[in-house]
Amino acid sequence: MKFTLSWLKEHLETDEPLEKLADKLTMIGLEVENIEDKAKALAPFTIARVISAEQHPNADRLRVCMVDTGDGGAPVQVVCGAPNARAGLISVFSPPGTYIPGKNITLGVGTIRGVESRGMLCSAAELQISEDHDGIMELPADAPLGKGYADWAGLGDPTIEINLTPNRQDCTGVHGIARDLSAADMGKFKDPGIKPIKGEFPCPVQVKVEDASLCPGFALRLVRGVKNGPSPEWLQKRLTSIGLRPINALVDITNFMTYDRARPLHVFDAKKVQGNLTVRRAKDGETLLALDGRTYTLDGNVCVIADEHGVESLAGIMGGEASGCDDNTTDVLIESALWNEINIAQTGRKLGINSDARYRFERGVDPAFMVPGLELATKLVLDLCGGTPSENVVVGKQFGEDRVIDFPLTEVKRLAGIEVPLVEVKLILTRLGFMLAGNGPVVKIAIPSWRTDVQGKADIVEEIVRIVGVDKVPMTPFERGEEPRKPVLTPIQLRTRRAKRALGTRGMVEAVTWSFITNDAAKLFGGGQSELVLANPIAADLSDMRPSLLPGLVAATQANINRGYPDVALFEVGQVFRGDKPEDQLVAASGVRHGYASSKGIGRHWTGSAVAGAMDAKADAFAVLAAAGAPMQALQIVPGGPAWLHPGRSGTIQIGPQNVLGTFGELHPRAAEALGADGPMIVFEVILERIPQGKQRATRAKPVLDLSAFQPVSRDFAFIVDRSVKAGDIVRAAQNVDKKLITDVTVFDVYEGKGIDPDKKSIAIAVTIQPREKTMTDQEIDAVAAKVVAEVTKKTGGTLRA
Amino acid sequence: MSDLATLEKSILDQITSAGDEAALEAVRVAALGKKGSISALLATLGKMSPEERKTEGARINLAKDAVTQALAARRDVLKAAALDARLAAETIDVTLPLREASAETGRIHPLSQVWDELTTIFADMGFAVAEGPDIETDDYNFTKLNFPEGHPAREMHDTFFFNPKTDGSRMLLRTHTSPVQVRTMLSQKPPIRVICPGRTYRIDSDATHTPQFHQVEGLVIDKGSHLGHLKWILHEFCKAFFEVDHINMRFRPSFFPFTEPSLEVDIQCRRDKGEIRFGEGEDWMEILGCGMVHPNVLRACGIDPDVYQGFAWGMGIDRIAMLKYGIADLRQLFENDIRWLNHYGFKPLDIPTIAGGLST
Repeated sequence: MKFTLSWLKEHLETDEPLEKLADKLTMIGLEVENIEDKAKALAPFTIARVISAEQHPNADRLRVCMVDTGDGGAPVQVVCGAPNARAGLISVFSPPGTYIPGKNITLGVGTIRGVESRGMLCSAAELQISEDHDGIMELPADAPLGKGYADWAGLGDPTIEINLTPNRQDCTGVHGIARDLSAADMGKFKDPGIKPIKGEFPCPVQVKVEDASLCPGFALRLVRGVKNGPSPEWLQKRLTSIGLRPINALVDITNFMTYDRARPLHVFDAKKVQGNLTVRRAKDGETLLALDGRTYTLDGNVCVIADEHGVESLAGIMGGEASGCDDNTTDVLIESALWNEINIAQTGRKLGINSDARYRFERGVDPAFMVPGLELATKLVLDLCGGTPSENVVVGKQFGEDRVIDFPLTEVKRLAGIEVPLVEVKLILTRLGFMLAGNGPVVKIAIPSWRTDVQGKADIVEEIVRIVGVDKVPMTPFERGEEPRKPVLTPIQLRTRRAKRALGTRGMVEAVTWSFITNDAAKLFGGGQSELVLANPIAADLSDMRPSLLPGLVAATQANINRGYPDVALFEVGQVFRGDKPEDQLVAASGVRHGYASSKGIGRHWTGSAVAGAMDAKADAFAVLAAAGAPMQALQIVPGGPAWLHPGRSGTIQIGPQNVLGTFGELHPRAAEALGADGPMIVFEVILERIPQGKQRATRAKPVLDLSAFQPVSRDFAFIVDRSVKAGDIVRAAQNVDKKLITDVTVFDVYEGKGIDPDKKSIAIAVTIQPREKTMTDQEIDAVAAKVVAEVTKKTGGTLRA
Repeated sequence: MSDLATLEKSILDQITSAGDEAALEAVRVAALGKKGSISALLATLGKMSPEERKTEGARINLAKDAVTQALAARRDVLKAAALDARLAAETIDVTLPLREASAETGRIHPLSQVWDELTTIFADMGFAVAEGPDIETDDYNFTKLNFPEGHPAREMHDTFFFNPKTDGSRMLLRTHTSPVQVRTMLSQKPPIRVICPGRTYRIDSDATHTPQFHQVEGLVIDKGSHLGHLKWILHEFCKAFFEVDHINMRFRPSFFPFTEPSLEVDIQCRRDKGEIRFGEGEDWMEILGCGMVHPNVLRACGIDPDVYQGFAWGMGIDRIAMLKYGIADLRQLFENDIRWLNHYGFKPLDIPTIAGGLST
């Protein structure tokens, strides 16, 4: 919403300076977005006369001018390149030190081709008041020398633009803004009231409204014998000051009413209208050439005003070219109507029309002002164009309902925490157009018709608080209460936080990828269900809610490879989707390693470099699980995993086949190819919800430490087994020999190659035996060792390596 | 010089010139071993008269002691020299560069860090953390929040929708974390104090908008909380979050469907060559929206607005992260350029705490 200061003063008697008015507007909820104050910006530019203009001695295109700046001093020498610089010309002068907005420079004293120049004669473009840069400005002979140009030219009217919130339709007109300011003590509101204008004959055009839900009210009147043409200067100036183009008096009146009174109107050239008017839904395929010169194809959702010929106007949005008013118009039909807000918004969006009428109607105009608005417009037409008015035709039942609410005065303190005396409440609300009855504790408040946004008690509190000033509400410390200090994070939040930090300490870097991925990638990772496909994705490759973080992470890794950073370890902890119900959304912790980005570190190094492998991903997954509090002893590792992993270099982490916690391994080459990835990607994914919640102990004290008095004994064994035998089975077999005595089994060597059959491998384990009651004899230890050999041999078919 | 004296001197000379412990041992054996020269002299004592034995014995033993002492002294010298030589040979190149510790090279994304900062500040003020699903119903995302029918946010050009189900209803991606407030009010009894951080979605993609972004909202419902408390909480939060001693804030009346009265909040700042300082300067920067929860919202969530009251606020996590840490371009938050992450990310052990500070 844009207006000028002088326009505001038509509705508000005030001496407050612009800055104060602007600050107040912002602080009462009408946020000032921009103020354009040409008078201030152009203050140094004054009216001056060229006394003489001689040819520059050293340049063909330049002239040396002597300028009378009107300040009574000696003439000033100015070098000027404009072809129209000539003796006697009245133009605009700026002294050294002036900022020239059109050139974005600050003028200095210059020497141009050997001749000193102490100022500048200016073009309109240099002042940024028009595009005209063909020479310096030419002002009439009677323009007062020495005076400010902007003031003389009437540019001294600052423009104010406010960022209007959608609830304040009443402030889409200057009148409403003035009312708000007057309530905030910024001046006296001028609201003289509107006198009905008596019609001198019945309106010959009748109106039929087919669907009252689309058009709750419609008022029409004919004015015969008008003389249309350019509107008077004051009206043109109003419109141009806010960037509107004057067209002709009748059209300008409607635009003026729109901005002055938040009352959009439409004028038809009555002679171009055939018969009566009908407000109806458009028929599918009907078209209208609108006033913007474009032809719109309509359908049954669009509300139109039609005559016996066809559609003449898009209701509440834009008129039609065929029945528009021009200089030849002698009889004019003025329409003032009410439209369904939702329908206007939908139609405007569908047709792509952003008109001033739509802007107001979709917010909902003051219903009670439909007829007064028509009266005011009629008066303007009679004043500016003459003519004889008909009686009004009014269709519809009730324009604005009486809305009265009970308001307990304590509500202000209760919701806003500020005490406002009743006299002040009354003053504020009355100035805003509310009416109050009673002195409390509960008062009756009648809501004005134009405040369609005000519905209940909280809205009244807002009215009072915004006018009193939110800055007057005292800041009140918020007691945290008697509640004991307890952790506030849920188990999943805690796991999320710890998973991130754990992966970070493993040298991985946290990424944040999109929640949506391509349909192909979603399907590849077990997603792509129809309930997870967006109906309106922002791009074709962001169409599906991700079933896994890995497609996004692989893409991010690949992007880094493409930038020249091939050694990357990225992780993400975030939401994945298995369906559209709340419980289908899970938190995954996932990672991708590529290149020299093993657990040892990023890049090659003399201490040992390693290309990331599946076991790094296993370590990552275990780090997450341990940090998240998983029961590590209970985890089972099953070779293999989902189809998107390398079948021989992947594993599944589970607690029983029913509860899979995660997977890890090398991305399957086919999956890598489908995701556009180069070379092996090492990946893992753990679902944090799958981790069983440990039992909370009643005390924070740790269990009693049971230390043995006897030294542990370690025995090494190396077994030759088939390559397919799992190390985990050997470890478990050894452990199961005596769970009490054997406290640790460690694999310390794995060997394949020379000295071993090609289909075999050697696995060496260290078994720690912890005596409990007494020191063990060699025989007792040997007996345990023999059991270990026997058990491993039995379970794995291996033999003790000689 | 007697023979004994000559022998003693000869042995002592050999000790002095012994170059290593093996040579020294050879000298010892030659002198004091079973067949050593001094041992041989001692063996002669048995054949001597008691008087002779007394004087000769004393002489020989003196020589033996001298040799023994010299051997021990020389052994110490040689041992020390041998150790020095060994250590010298064991010299390593200590200038070889280390691998940086993983805990130093890993990074936490700025959004996660700021998330932890927010939780830390609000937990200290007594707020719990509530979360909800990204995929929401129209009812929770709009209707219960007092969005009128036909509100532009409910259109396909603003909000991501899924395909309609057979009953005509359609799920959507939440456009704010307010549905979490709804879920909280429906499932808990007041007093309620929660913050709701989470990922949100709107159809918007340009220099300052991404189709996914993150919000943190706050909600307080009880029998006495009002705008004055809201102002205080936000003021305390901004000081704590931006880590400044004082901050000027401006509360402007505004409009949101779900609050009444509604306010927008600006903080005063100074912009200087791309850097923003808070607590100084002349500019105002909008940072969040807030207000008293609209009675219609309370009613829709089963709370009597004449008995209970409360307030809510919401702000962009991405935005406040950018403001605090000088991140210029929103889109980079989701580009995952390793160079950017290494620069703007945080070390994993830099965990925000009240006691140790948020970012120090």
